[in-house]
Amino acid sequence: METTADTHDIKAAAQETYDYKVVRQFTIMTIVWGIVGMLVGVIIAAQLVWPALNTNLEWFTFGRLRPLHTNAVIFAFGGSALFATSYYIVQRTCQARLFGGPLVGFTFWGWQIVIVLAAVTLPLGMTMGKEYAELEWPIAILIALVWVAYAVVFFGTILKRKVKHIYVANWFFGAFIIVIAVLHIVNNMSMPVTLFKSYSAYPGTMDAMIQWWYGHNAVGFFLTAAFLGMMYYFVPKQAGRPIYSYRLSVVHFWALVSLYMWAGPHHLHYTALPDWVQSLGMVFSLILLAPSWGGMINGIMTLSGAWHKLRTDPILRFLIVALSFYGLATFEGPMMSIKTVNALSHYTDWTIGHVHGGALGWVAMITIGSLYALIPALWGKEKMYSIKAIEWHFWLSTIGTVMYIVSMWIAGVMQGLMWRAVNEDGTLTYNFVESLVQMYPYYFLRFVGGFVFFLGMFIMAWNVWKTIAGTKPVTHAVPQTAH
Amino acid sequence: MNEHDMSAFWHWWVVILTLANIAGIYWLIRWTSKKRPGEAAEGAETGHSWDGLTEFNNPLPRWWLWMFYITIVFALVYLVLYPGLGRFAGLLGWHSGNMLGVEDSQYQREMQRAEERYQPIFAAMADQDISSLARDADAVTTGRRLYLNYCSTCHGSDAGGARGFPSLVNGVWQWGGTPDAIRTSIAQGREANMPGFGDSLGEEGVEQVAHYVLQMSGRDDADSALAEEGQQRYNMFCAGCHGADGAGMAMLGAPSLTENVWIYGGSLAAIKETIEQGRAGVMPGFQELLGEERVHVLSAYVYSLDPQ
Repeated sequence: METTADTHDIKAAAQETYDYKVVRQFTIMTIVWGIVGMLVGVIIAAQLVWPALNTNLEWFTFGRLRPLHTNAVIFAFGGSALFATSYYIVQRTCQARLFGGPLVGFTFWGWQIVIVLAAVTLPLGMTMGKEYAELEWPIAILIALVWVAYAVVFFGTILKRKVKHIYVANWFFGAFIIVIAVLHIVNNMSMPVTLFKSYSAYPGTMDAMIQWWYGHNAVGFFLTAAFLGMMYYFVPKQAGRPIYSYRLSVVHFWALVSLYMWAGPHHLHYTALPDWVQSLGMVFSLILLAPSWGGMINGIMTLSGAWHKLRTDPILRFLIVALSFYGLATFEGPMMSIKTVNALSHYTDWTIGHVHGGALGWVAMITIGSLYALIPALWGKEKMYSIKAIEWHFWLSTIGTVMYIVSMWIAGVMQGLMWRAVNEDGTLTYNFVESLVQMYPYYFLRFVGGFVFFLGMFIMAWNVWKTIAGTKPVTHAVPQTAH
Repeated sequence: MNEHDMSAFWHWWVVILTLANIAGIYWLIRWTSKKRPGEAAEGAETGHSWDGLTEFNNPLPRWWLWMFYITIVFALVYLVLYPGLGRFAGLLGWHSGNMLGVEDSQYQREMQRAEERYQPIFAAMADQDISSLARDADAVTTGRRLYLNYCSTCHGSDAGGARGFPSLVNGVWQWGGTPDAIRTSIAQGREANMPGFGDSLGEEGVEQVAHYVLQMSGRDDADSALAEEGQQRYNMFCAGCHGADGAGMAMLGAPSLTENVWIYGGSLAAIKETIEQGRAGVMPGFQELLGEERVHVLSAYVYSLDPQ
């Protein structure tokens, strides 16, 4: 069978390995930035309970640190996790080494520089003033460059794949990369006045609409679609079962990516935004319920026939509980987008609870579970150093998340009810400070919940250290047999 | 953009994109529900494999499909009833009230209902004069509620004031404590302006005047020698507004200096800073926001706080 030419090809090709270096780099930084970002979160939660902790240092006040927290957990922790897993998954499922040569390293170092610049400029008060898009124009340009490089690497790898079909995880990563590029560039259009100050290119209400078109799709594509990509690889891998339904993948992917685009206006209910835009934002948010749940069903049902594994495998439990929180948050979201509900929930801590149901319960837990599955493979180990420690981490994360969201639900509904309560003479029953005073126990509970979640990250760091210390980085050859 | 001034192009742009997306989703569901020739049997694997991962060809869960359909139907019904499809205003003719020139909006209706219900209460209170209203328990309760929502941010929940914001409970009134003066303060707002005298007095002069001011307020931390020097300068630069006796002048909002009550702090350092750099205090007027009757009730509450 073998001709000389074939043998030669196989030998040459056999030397091609997967690029695990960049995956390892991003994996480690995911844990580092996770700890940093969550620490800042715990600090600002404490500042809300004990205002004296704001101190007299302006860069240490809640207003400066809050954007640092959101940027660190979303873009540094979440972003690094997505780079790591998408680079791993796209190589493994395409049977091809990452395309792009030096661009790969550029995405890692570029992204880390962005994070460090954010960590310096945000506490200094340099900000565009747009939520989740605070970074000033020079940093925004660097982000755009890194992102274009990311797209070249990712889609380049897809193009040179040795497998005919494109795996579902890559559809989600692909959509995420394209849409985030568009959102980031459009929302950051601004007129620089100095090196660290610029003004948005859009006027008034239009600026608000573009900001929340960006803002909600950052949730939809960065925090939802991309992490679904992660889910679509690690859940079936860890469960050792086929994906539940290919058809469901197709429907919920296309429905999710097309419908999310419309949902932004629900952040601007009962504002100067024209009524028709508000209505469209609301109805499309409602239709989003089913496509969102499609991902949850596909993930959880993948376990059918392997439910017993949940008892013994804390990694799988991380993944499945993450999907449950995902289902919870994506049910809650459409409900909160209904104008009647929004009239109560808007501007309250309910929103904060909703966000953290997604951020801690879904994004962080699916990431943590995936990393526990990924790390042994990257460092040539059979499994993590301590399964017992993963077990502990699982319970700390779950309990922390539940404490966080339950306290914010109560706080939010209470605020909404207190703010709208009226006396028989038409005056407001409570002034703002009175509602704030009632928040103390719930803000404290939220602080404890966040702290408990944060503790788990140290267990993870220790466990990862014990797993990889003294190991030599492994290389995996790209298999040559295409399916 | 108001739905009324939207151009035909943008109207159809919105309508077509919206309906096409919804129709596209519906088509997608129907298309994936159908069995196609040559595909794997339901419940079997599709035959694709990536890095050892495979997938079943299970049908879409029925309950999930129904949930999907119901939300689509809800959306379409909503877009028929309410504004959403471009210029089409919706069969119910509903408006939130965020556009000028729109009649009978939700905002207008709610405001009208509130006015009908609450206006008589305030009208009855406005019939009494402020000093007798200040002894009416119901009016004081209502006034206190207004106070807590509109005034407490600056003057404090206990009306005790804060640095830069006068106390309302100590009987010392910067702009006068008569019912009329209080009412004017609330209705029109006040603007106080004391210029800085650092350049005219010099460092030494500021120190001397500060000690004289301390002495006038009866404080024992005043240095009498410096105060004596300061008196002459006080008469030259300060007495015009604060009076030769330091009793102040309510008409100008020049506070009395004899009560040992200090809006910007009573430490020697704070007083020196006031003399050197001046102060500017602004209270906004509330007539436009609250209307005459509520201002009247609020005035009665503030008047009731005077310990005399």
